[in-house]
Amino acid sequence: MFTLIDQDRTHDVAARVEGGRLLLSAEALRDALGWELHEGTLCNDAMCVPLPAGSRLGDGGVFDLAEVAATLGRPLALDVDAGAAFLGVSAGERAQTLGSLMAPDFTLPDLAGRSHTLSSFRGKKVFMVAWASW
Amino acid sequence: MWQALYEELRGRNFVVLAIALDKSAEDARPWIEKAAPTYPVLIDTQHAVADLYNIVNVPTALWIDERGRIVRPNDVVFGTDTFKHITQLESARPLAAVRAWARGETAGFTAEEARALQTLPTEQAQQARAEFGLAEWLARQGRAEAAERHFVRAGELAPHDFTIRRGSMPIRGIDPMGPQFREMIQAWAASGHSYYLPLPDTRG
Repeated sequence: MFTLIDQDRTHDVAARVEGGRLLLSAEALRDALGWELHEGTLCNDAMCVPLPAGSRLGDGGVFDLAEVAATLGRPLALDVDAGAAFLGVSAGERAQTLGSLMAPDFTLPDLAGRSHTLSSFRGKKVFMVAWASW
Repeated sequence: MWQALYEELRGRNFVVLAIALDKSAEDARPWIEKAAPTYPVLIDTQHAVADLYNIVNVPTALWIDERGRIVRPNDVVFGTDTFKHITQLESARPLAAVRAWARGETAGFTAEEARALQTLPTEQAQQARAEFGLAEWLARQGRAEAAERHFVRAGELAPHDFTIRRGSMPIRGIDPMGPQFREMIQAWAASGHSYYLPLPDTRG
């Protein structure tokens, strides 16, 4: 089994390693990451992304994870020896969100484990400060 | 650190929201318990907020207005002058600016000004964050050796990102105040870079 981390969700999937590449079946791609190939476009329930010209993604029912990430424009950290990979968020998506100046929302716990969501402070001015013990 | 500011301004429809980019709640706990804040202090072990806001060091502060818009992007703000001898940054001007904004005396930046002051991430910086994400997950699984490869790779890809380079030190068993940290910032300064990048208008 191989662990795919898609931001904060982890999925254990059946996968094959071949020459440093991680190959997924169509089922594994759909179940773990929510993407399916339809007539030359990669779709999830929110959007479709066309494959680049000449792409062989999905030929023979095989999906190279690095090619999936490249098609989606997302960074991929892959460690076939460790059996894990992390799909990050593209610079383009971050730039679009930050450039809109709408503060990206998030929910995190406090020390007591109680969740707080940024958008619940709507109506107040928020001085948000990131710090660390280091 | 921000308790006095919060108490002074809370009647102004103002809140402080602190986010600890620490490897565990336990790392942040002594600091939080000592400060006894009445504003929320959240724990972000996976650096989700660093990724969302392109935060590359601490402390980093942003102003978010009543409508949820960023009216002052990432800035370096210290709550006190405790570290002034090291940082060369005074807290007075940035804190005076926060007070003026909270009291409604100033409005923060216009959208155009705020965008001009934003630093957006590069593809390489986002690749670094993916490497950090993988490393952090591997470390949590107790797989220190595999994690180390990706912490190192992340730091190489984003040498400017100290939430990665310094923030990973406690996870890797490295003293974040020790010789490796000092070597790191000396090399960074020697190559002509600044460790802290405050916005120019209220630079302490």
